[in-house]
Amino acid sequence: MKNTLTIARREFKSYFNSPAAYIVGALFLIVIAVMFWNSFFLEQRASVRRLFFWSYFVAVFVAPAITMGLLAEERRNGTLELLITYPVRDAEVVIGKYLGALGLYTVLLLLTLPQVFSVSTLGPLDWGTVFSGYLGLFLAGGAFLAIGVMASSWTSNQLIALIVALAISGVLVVVRHIMVFLPTGAASVLEWLSIGYHSDSMERGVIDTRDLLYFVSLIAICLGLAFRSLESRRWK
Amino acid sequence: MSDLVIEAKDLTKHYGDFVAINKLNFAVKKGEIVGLLGPNGAGKTTTMKILTCFTAPTEGTATVNGHDVFDQPLEVRSAVGYLPESTPLYTEMMVYEYLEFAADMRGLKGEKAKKQIKRAVEQAALGDVIGKEIRALSKGYRQRVGLAQALVHEPPLLILDEPMSGLDPNQAKEVRDVIKQIGQERTVILSTHNLPEVETTCDRVLIIARGKIVADDRPELLSHRAGRSRFLVNFLDQGEKTQAALKTLESISGVDVVHSLEAQRGELAFELIPKAEDDLRPAIFRAAVDNNLTLVGLAREGQNLEDIFRQLTVGNQA
Repeated sequence: MKNTLTIARREFKSYFNSPAAYIVGALFLIVIAVMFWNSFFLEQRASVRRLFFWSYFVAVFVAPAITMGLLAEERRNGTLELLITYPVRDAEVVIGKYLGALGLYTVLLLLTLPQVFSVSTLGPLDWGTVFSGYLGLFLAGGAFLAIGVMASSWTSNQLIALIVALAISGVLVVVRHIMVFLPTGAASVLEWLSIGYHSDSMERGVIDTRDLLYFVSLIAICLGLAFRSLESRRWK
Repeated sequence: MSDLVIEAKDLTKHYGDFVAINKLNFAVKKGEIVGLLGPNGAGKTTTMKILTCFTAPTEGTATVNGHDVFDQPLEVRSAVGYLPESTPLYTEMMVYEYLEFAADMRGLKGEKAKKQIKRAVEQAALGDVIGKEIRALSKGYRQRVGLAQALVHEPPLLILDEPMSGLDPNQAKEVRDVIKQIGQERTVILSTHNLPEVETTCDRVLIIARGKIVADDRPELLSHRAGRSRFLVNFLDQGEKTQAALKTLESISGVDVVHSLEAQRGELAFELIPKAEDDLRPAIFRAAVDNNLTLVGLAREGQNLEDIFRQLTVGNQA
């Protein structure tokens, strides 16, 4: 556990040592702000639903950019070898890296808060919905990041990690919008599998244990597969 | 506990169809500095990766400090300081920050961590660069940062994969001095294909070729065991006498082969390989006198490590 936090802390700090993280972070905030305020003044309503929608949308692209290097780049540089020959479990490495990325994502989410406060000065806001909306964003982002960590564990090429993560996240996001072509049974299964289906209800202010369970399982499965791929080097 | 730090039994590693190492057996005693020597692809790195629990052996077992590398990886890793090939470091970190991270990963805390980081910095002579980013350092300094992170928890065993490759002679000497100093209190196993390094640094040499150990001895003894000594003979060049001189030398009893070497500065040069480890110098002298050859040089040489290395790793490539 201690090792996990040490790794997470190092990872989190190292983001701030590279210009890439600042660029990605700035893009995240700028795109969200532009899209949100554009629609905000059109709608003339004190609501942050659109803020959540655009944050969710941008997170699909930003999360893989945050995670792409985590394991792939370390594998390419050889630092992964040194890291996992410290007295540390493979699972601690995976979770530590994930938490480092989640830390950066959390900071980015917190940096969107000023926009919420701005809205609240323009009209009354339902703070319960704001909270559940952020929880949904946090969990959806957490899922994208876990997918990214998994993709990063499969390759030593960051770009491939980015593309694979985008593809998997993309499928999980888009799947419920193509369901019209499918028979009802399959459609409802796919809808349940999609990330947006679960984060949407939170954006509306509904926190359902089934949604929480969905995110926790998705994150666990992805990190578990990343662990398997890291551990596979020790298979006889 | 026995004083064996490493014990490898029938250690074998396959990568698919490729056999990287094949039934390696060796033991390393406490306090030894062992050089793992071999051509590229001989299995040096694979052996080290198994000993650091990075990868698992396909067959066979190895123990480090009495712990099995497959069943007790955390115990083994705690006992080992490792510097992988080409010194992978987090180059965006500062030296001190990086060593703190390494100490943290080793479970060192507070004052103890500080004390041991300080000690590692001193041992690796890093005092001047402690506040610099690793990416700004020369290769020699980086190598020493790599050594410092491997030392920070004062492990009984250090495993260094090609610690001196890619360094200029001065840097290599600095790194070598650090390793020798470390070796006074700890067991060190290092790999290299630089032979002089082994002769000056190591107490013992393991030569690996094609996944097998082909020699295991002290560097100076290895020369005696594997190599017959040879004799270098020089005659004054007095006209067309090369063939005659060659015949004379070949006729000496106890001589196995005679090679004619390139003539230099008006001297004919020959190399004699004896059949057994006899001193042929008196016989060579007498033969020269009897045949009217003016002997101007006569030397007996043990084979150097380089010859042995070539003989063992290339010579028997069947």
